[in-house]
Amino acid sequence: MPKLVLKHLLAIRWFHWVNFPILFLMIWSGLLIYWAYPIYHLGPIQLFPQWLFALFGMRFHLADGMALHFVFMWIFAVNGVLYVGYTLFSGEWRYLVPTSKSTFRDAWQVVLHDLHLHKEMPPQEKYNAAQQLAYTGIVVMGLGSLITGLAIYKPAQLFWLTALCGGYEAARLIHFILTMGYIGFFAVHIGQVVLAGWNNFRSMVIGYELVKDGERS
Amino acid sequence: MNSRHPEIVLPEGEIQKELQKKSRRGFLLGGLAAVGAVGAYEAMRLSRQDNDVPWPQRRVLDLNGKLWGDYVDNAHLMPSYPASDIGFLKANGEYGLDEEPDDQGNPPEWDGFKLEGPGLQPLTLQLADVQSLPRHEMITKFCCIEGWSVVQKWTGVRFADFTRKFLPPGANLTEYVYLATDGEDYFVGLDMKSALHPQTLLAWAQNDKPLTYEHGAPLRLIIPVKYGIKNLKRIGLIRYTNQRPRDYWYEQGYDWFAGL
Repeated sequence: MPKLVLKHLLAIRWFHWVNFPILFLMIWSGLLIYWAYPIYHLGPIQLFPQWLFALFGMRFHLADGMALHFVFMWIFAVNGVLYVGYTLFSGEWRYLVPTSKSTFRDAWQVVLHDLHLHKEMPPQEKYNAAQQLAYTGIVVMGLGSLITGLAIYKPAQLFWLTALCGGYEAARLIHFILTMGYIGFFAVHIGQVVLAGWNNFRSMVIGYELVKDGERS
Repeated sequence: MNSRHPEIVLPEGEIQKELQKKSRRGFLLGGLAAVGAVGAYEAMRLSRQDNDVPWPQRRVLDLNGKLWGDYVDNAHLMPSYPASDIGFLKANGEYGLDEEPDDQGNPPEWDGFKLEGPGLQPLTLQLADVQSLPRHEMITKFCCIEGWSVVQKWTGVRFADFTRKFLPPGANLTEYVYLATDGEDYFVGLDMKSALHPQTLLAWAQNDKPLTYEHGAPLRLIIPVKYGIKNLKRIGLIRYTNQRPRDYWYEQGYDWFAGL
C-alpha cells in the first residue's frame, strides 16, 4: 500500500523557511554595504559594480544597508543556532552529517549521476553523500559568515577574532566569498528542487512525502 | 525508519484524501506565515523614522550600541603596524571645513577650542595647552564606515590624559563627550569609555608631519576604536555632558555608537 512518510520535522521546516528570507535580506543589505566600497574583482571583471545595478534603478544606501544587516543578523544567528541545536537534540544530524569514509567518492558519483554521466547512484540513507556535504557545508559556511562578520563588525572589541581571520581585510574577503557561496548553493538547490519534483517540494511544506508501492522511502 | 519519522499507510483512495488534507493545512499555514512575515517587514519599514531609520530598527541598533558599549575595554586595542604599512589617506569629509583660505592660500586662523562641561568654567584652550601633556605616537588602521581602511601614524595626547588634566578636581566624569567644529557644522558624540580608551588621541601630526587643513589642522580627534566618521577634524568645541549628544551621521541614519 502507498504511504505518507514524515520526511521533514516541523521545527526543521520552520528553521528552513525562516532562514530563506532572512538570508536573502542579509545578502541584499550586505550588497548595500558592499556598494559603498565595491573593490572585488574576478580577473578583470569587477564584481557587482554599482553602474550595473544603477541600470535597474536600484539606489545605494549604506546607512540603510547597515541598519538592516545589524538588525537581521540577530535572527540569522539565532535561527542558525536553534537549527544546529535541534538537529543535535533530535538526532537528525545523523542523516545530515557525513560519517562514511567514502563520502567524497560517493558525492562525486552523485554529481556524475545527476549530470547523466553515470548510471548508478551510490547507496544512501535519507540524504545522498552530495546532499550531506552540501547541507553540512552550508551550516559551516553560516558559522563562517557569523565569525568573519563579527571580525569586521568589531575589529577592536574582538581583536583576537579578527586576528584569527587573518586581519580586517581578509575577514571582509572571506565574508564576501561565503556570500558568493550562498548564491551558488541557492542556484544548485533550486535546480535540484525543480528536478526532484512536487512531491519532494511539498514535503518541505507539509512534512510528509508520498511513497508509492514498491518505492524506497 | 525510526519513530521520529512516522509513516501513514492507507489504501490508494484514502491516502490521496489524507495528502490533500495535509497539503491544504500546510500550504494555508505556510501562506499565512509568509503573508504575516511580509506584512510585518513592510510595517516595520514604513513605521515612523527615528533619525532616518525606521524606529524598530533604531531600537535594535541602539541595543547593539549598548551591548558593545558595555564591552568596551582599555585592553581591547586596535592592532599596531610597522611604519612600512602606512598608506595614503584621502581627505574624505569636508564637513565643517568650509572656511575661506587667506590671501596666501593658507588655512584661516584657528583661535583655540572651547571646553565646556558641568561644573566647568567655560574656557578656551590652545594647541600649547594640549601639547603640554605626555605625547603619544601610534600606527593604527583608520577604518572608514564605507569599508576601506588605511594605516596611518598619529601623534598627539591621550584624551584620557586631557580629561584628567582639565576636568576640575572632584568633578564627576560625565557619561558622554561631544566634539564639534567651530560653528558646529560637524559634530560627533562619544561614549565616555571609548573617549578614554588609550588609543583615543587629540592629534596634531599625521605621518610625522603637522596635520593639513583637509585632515583637520591644527588639532583633530583620532579614535581608532570608532569609524572615521567619529574622528572629528579641526576641533572647535569639546563638551562633557550627561545627555547623549547629537551626532552628525547618526542623524543621517547611521548607528550612534559606530564603534569597532
